[in-house]
Amino acid sequence: MSDPKQTTKNAPYITVRDLTMAYGSFVVMQDLNFTIDRGDIFIIMGGSGCGKTTLMKIMVGLKRPEKGQVLYENLSFWEADPSLRKNIMKDFGIFYQYGALWSSMTLAENVALPLEEYTELGHHEIRELVSLKLAMVGLAGFEEFYPSEISGGMRKRAALARAIALDPDILFFDEPSAGLDPVSAKRLDDLILELRDSLGATVVVVTHELASIFAIGNNSVFLDPETRTMIAQGNPRAMLENSQDPKILNFLMRGSAEGLKS
Amino acid sequence: MKMSFNGPVDGVLLIRVSGDWRIGQTLPSINEIQRQLTSNIEIQKVAFDSKNLTQWDSSLLIFLKKIHTLCSEKKIFLDHDGLPLGAKRLLELATTVPEIKDAKKVKEEETFFFLVGAETVGFFKSAREMTAFIGGVFLAFVNFFKGKARYRRSDLTMTIQECGAQALPIVSLISLLVGLILAFIGSIQLKMFGAQIYIANLVGIAMVRVMGAVMTGVIMAGRTGAAFAAEIGTMEVNEEIDALKTLGISPMEFLVLPRMLALVLMMPLLCLYANLMGILGGSIVAVGMLDLNFSQYYVQTKNAVSLNDLWIGLFHSAVFGVLVALAGCLRGMQCGRSASDVGNAATSAVVTAIVSIVVATAIITVICNVIGI
Repeated sequence: MSDPKQTTKNAPYITVRDLTMAYGSFVVMQDLNFTIDRGDIFIIMGGSGCGKTTLMKIMVGLKRPEKGQVLYENLSFWEADPSLRKNIMKDFGIFYQYGALWSSMTLAENVALPLEEYTELGHHEIRELVSLKLAMVGLAGFEEFYPSEISGGMRKRAALARAIALDPDILFFDEPSAGLDPVSAKRLDDLILELRDSLGATVVVVTHELASIFAIGNNSVFLDPETRTMIAQGNPRAMLENSQDPKILNFLMRGSAEGLKS
Repeated sequence: MKMSFNGPVDGVLLIRVSGDWRIGQTLPSINEIQRQLTSNIEIQKVAFDSKNLTQWDSSLLIFLKKIHTLCSEKKIFLDHDGLPLGAKRLLELATTVPEIKDAKKVKEEETFFFLVGAETVGFFKSAREMTAFIGGVFLAFVNFFKGKARYRRSDLTMTIQECGAQALPIVSLISLLVGLILAFIGSIQLKMFGAQIYIANLVGIAMVRVMGAVMTGVIMAGRTGAAFAAEIGTMEVNEEIDALKTLGISPMEFLVLPRMLALVLMMPLLCLYANLMGILGGSIVAVGMLDLNFSQYYVQTKNAVSLNDLWIGLFHSAVFGVLVALAGCLRGMQCGRSASDVGNAATSAVVTAIVSIVVATAIITVICNVIGI
């Protein structure tokens, strides 16, 4: 966990270089080039089906890219050997779109598994940490519940508790607000900001929720499904104010820019 | 449902739609309109008259969309003003976003050679995946014996209970009936020679050497192999396996290893139990139909069945345990991301397991024959 006041901004923390993503012969996205600095809340955005989740999967090690590199502090993730890759992944906390909690384990066991895997802590200490993490997301007292016994929103919060179990350096969120009511979505955004500030984490969020994009994002990449590449990178608010691209404006203005500039 | 047209007059083709346009009635053909648009090059606009249109639904929209497509191809202006307001708005909604040309899947013509080639490629791909999976399981077992495998003991004990104790009722029923059937069929022939007592040999050797293991294997393939495939397949759909991978936990060690261990441990025990139930089933026929007494049957069985037969049967069952677990877990891991894929995985697991059991039985039988045991 890095102190947010001491984050260095000299070199990018994460670099994506000349990345091409494909499923078989179908190219999803190509020529992706962007950087993420420490402490950024980086938004991967674009229309449905443009490959946002696929990009995230490549960045976290679930899918190999067709071409290109993903660098973590100048270390090429996909060219590293598996043990080094596992070491890099130890610093990730990942929040999946539908939670991906292990259904045969209680919430406590779900949050405890990363701690058991990567730390030498005893059973008692792990138990205390688990209670703390669940309390941080408002699920104190639900330790012995199974994922099937709680609501969808609570499952998401439990999944977040698991994602932050190891106080990760990088948090990945895949559509965190999907299916949440506006109040819960706002609470989740506030939680993401709080985690960035208190853990000093770098956050990568895949989303197309405009409210969240503007509320939390300070850097972003826009993926275009038509050209199958990125068409912009930068602060979402600056994009909204300065971009001349009608696709970007249409997206960021929720369709009300249609016909303004073409 | 009526359609007619006037013109062209001053370059305008006027299409009249009238009556009730409802789904279920045959739509008018646009062939005549197409012929008009093709043969009359002076047509620059197509308009509509719907004054006498009483009721309409999507059937009208289908017709209008076809006209829209024709006009787009021939670059003729389509005037929507004569249409009912609702139909006009829906037509605009359906035609605003142009069709994405390369979105449609191009269906290649599947000739015989294409199919043979595709099946061959599929076979080798499947063989490669199976080999990689077996390699992964082997490494997981190596880690297990080194004491480094990452799995939950509670998963192992739960699976042992599910594969072991909870399977006893069905194994009892099936094995009893198989013993009974073997004895019944055998008795018909043996009675002709007055050799009813050899029913005990027939049932005893058949059950202990092969049938106990095979029937248990088939039961466990349908019961447990399918369950493994469905469980792991559902985890694949819910991204639970992705979550394990990103934590650096091997799904082979965490999911496959406890299941395979449980089956390898439980199958020989279930096989022993199935042998006993089968012999009991045979005794029901022997005592009930062939006028033998139970002690005669028992002694004859004891004399007929050798330790060799027992070890071969147990060996069969251990191998079948591995095959059922392999098939179930492999198909679960190969599962796609939809609900129907989970069903397919379960079905495939059962079929793969049963075929593997039969092939393995044949191989082991041949080997035993060659070795002379």
